[in-house]
Amino acid sequence: MKALMKSSLAGAMLVSASSLAFADCGIEKGSVRILGNDFPAIQAVAKAAEACASGTVEVKVNLTKDHESLSVAALSANPPEYTSHIIANSSVLPLLNDGLVRPLDDYVAKYGADLNANQKVMIGGKVMAVAFMANAQHIFYRADILEKAGVAVPKTYEEVVAAAKTIKEKGLMETPLGGTYKAGWNLAEEFVNMFMGFDAPFFKEGTAEPAVNNEKGVAALTMMKELSNYMSKDFLTFDSNALQAEFEAGKVAIANFWGSRAGAVTDAEGTTPEIAGAIKFAAAPTVGGGSIPATTLWWDGFTVAKNASDEDAEATFRALAQGATAATANANAAAAVWLATGYTPGPTAEGVLATVSGGAKSYPMDPYMGLLHTALGTELVEFMQGTEDAAKALADAEAAYITAAREKGFIK
Amino acid sequence: MPHRTFFWFILPSALAMIIFIAMPIVSVAVQSLFVEHDRVMVAVENCGPFGCKTEMQVDSGATEKLRREAPLGQFAGLSTYANRNHLAFAEAGEFWRQSKSFGEFLSLLYGLPFYKALAFTLSYTAIVTPIVIVLGFTIATAVNRLPPAAKGVAIFISLLPMIVTPLVGSLVLFWMIDADGIIGSSLKLLMNDPGLSLKASPTLTWLTLFVYGIWHSAPFAFVVFYAGLQTVPQDTLESAMIDGASRWEQIRHVIIPHLMPLATFVALIQMMDNFRVFEPIVGFNAEASATSLSWIIYNDLNSTGAKLFSSAAASSMLTIVFVAILLTPVLIRTWRDFNRAR
Repeated sequence: MKALMKSSLAGAMLVSASSLAFADCGIEKGSVRILGNDFPAIQAVAKAAEACASGTVEVKVNLTKDHESLSVAALSANPPEYTSHIIANSSVLPLLNDGLVRPLDDYVAKYGADLNANQKVMIGGKVMAVAFMANAQHIFYRADILEKAGVAVPKTYEEVVAAAKTIKEKGLMETPLGGTYKAGWNLAEEFVNMFMGFDAPFFKEGTAEPAVNNEKGVAALTMMKELSNYMSKDFLTFDSNALQAEFEAGKVAIANFWGSRAGAVTDAEGTTPEIAGAIKFAAAPTVGGGSIPATTLWWDGFTVAKNASDEDAEATFRALAQGATAATANANAAAAVWLATGYTPGPTAEGVLATVSGGAKSYPMDPYMGLLHTALGTELVEFMQGTEDAAKALADAEAAYITAAREKGFIK
Repeated sequence: MPHRTFFWFILPSALAMIIFIAMPIVSVAVQSLFVEHDRVMVAVENCGPFGCKTEMQVDSGATEKLRREAPLGQFAGLSTYANRNHLAFAEAGEFWRQSKSFGEFLSLLYGLPFYKALAFTLSYTAIVTPIVIVLGFTIATAVNRLPPAAKGVAIFISLLPMIVTPLVGSLVLFWMIDADGIIGSSLKLLMNDPGLSLKASPTLTWLTLFVYGIWHSAPFAFVVFYAGLQTVPQDTLESAMIDGASRWEQIRHVIIPHLMPLATFVALIQMMDNFRVFEPIVGFNAEASATSLSWIIYNDLNSTGAKLFSSAAASSMLTIVFVAILLTPVLIRTWRDFNRAR
């Protein structure tokens, strides 16, 4: 009996402690329904929002990998199925294109005093989303292998190739490089990264006409091909999960890999302490004598549905703003690179922060970028397999994109 | 059965078929004739965590107005079917003029996404279907000869590949054929080639997918033929035996003719199924080397930020047309048999 009393007391204290930690959200009434992707950082944000639930405030959360396929239909309904969609800079476009999210300026003015200026995502002068974390692909490297090979941490892709050559020649590793080159979205993302390094626009100024079939596009593809020579032969099937496994198995020494995987690659799970301890992070490399890292910056943030009632919208903003605070960030420091003021980054955040300060650019937010991305994902494959030259692959990608963009009404 | 009775008898299922099959197909067909409105675009200043830049955005208000006036979009006729991402008539004509030989024409055509998918889909159907029928029949006759005590276990084991969900089955095999997987590394040892990879070469990927397809579908043919074997007339078999027919001759002249209608049925179902091959491509991460018509539809609907509904609708209609063409010979044959039987 005594023990039971004790544990229930402890439980009660825990409950009060957690509500203390997240302070009082101060929401009087409303329904908060959150849709988002499923990974640790978003789970943390959703959990912070859930702590705002009370007798009069309802908080429902649905985190799923398929969030993008649900969101447009769910937010088009009136009242919407979800009052907020937690999005990234690529997935916010369908919502903006269809006008499904509302400006947040009033709420930011009233309740957003704690927000960092750079957390406000402004579209045409209005705050349309509040970002809470940053992500980017950057260098992951095995410090021990690089040391044995006698090469420095590469700062350019040319140095990456040279380092790979040395590592292979010294017999340290058979396939020193890794990459998320799986045909489709991943492969296209690698091209986008590389093309960004040449600091060229993807579209002709002010139009939806593509501009990737040029010498910069060819140079980007040529570099990708050169890198792939030092990768496992199966590179066209490698997504993030596969690359993480390769790293953990000690088969890869250098890769341009997602910052959000830094924690997972270096934790104790799936690998030996020697390997996990030797994996270090650096900024994404530059390419072709360029000055900005050849990668794209990503943010994740929350929006509020336009069709939600004003009461629900306000409740949603206030609940999710709890998730964007330094308290949530510091409690989950290893889960992401947080944007909140007062967040102290851990060692796994190093790569992303170095990439951001290196001047990397964010993933383009043009509404037709997704179409180009998809076209690249299917049309660049033959080049990577070696059955087509780079210019032909890029011409094919442009042709496939133009066809799709016509169907969507972006090109007449 | 009088026509009146037949009508009432068939009405519920006919209604269900009209509502759940025919009407969606009509709606998809209509969708494939339209494309979206021209978007009204404005240049806006976008700022985020990493700075500001001017980008184009859709003027959602103006676009919404267009959409309300004509919800289906702009009428495009059959142009979606004819465009580069589908039948690509213009490109195909250009290739025809360019190429010196038919082989060169085909290889140019293979560079277009739709034809690339069609090539794999047709090969998959043409190779997997007959092998599944032969293999299913062989397993069925073998199991039928087993002593009764062993039959149950044998049937269960033969059915396993069909019980396993396609996606799970292909994932398991995908890991096994990995260069470090049990099959992949054994093959490397066997072939004495440390660089051998089943996933890297398009040819080997196709082979892997064929083998998976056969492995997955053989149990279906097996079950059907096994059931058919139980109905083989014993007296005909016995008289064949008395006439001195060998085991093979019994199969050739008694069992196979008896099971022929079933073979037609299995061929029909298998052709339809194989033409819609999809899960193994996703499960094997084989998009680089093999795509199918179903995969193209999936890819159109999965495009980040911009789903291509009309394109997917056109691909769906083309798939239906191709399945219909493929099944016509079998259907004509069945119809003739049916008339003869009466």
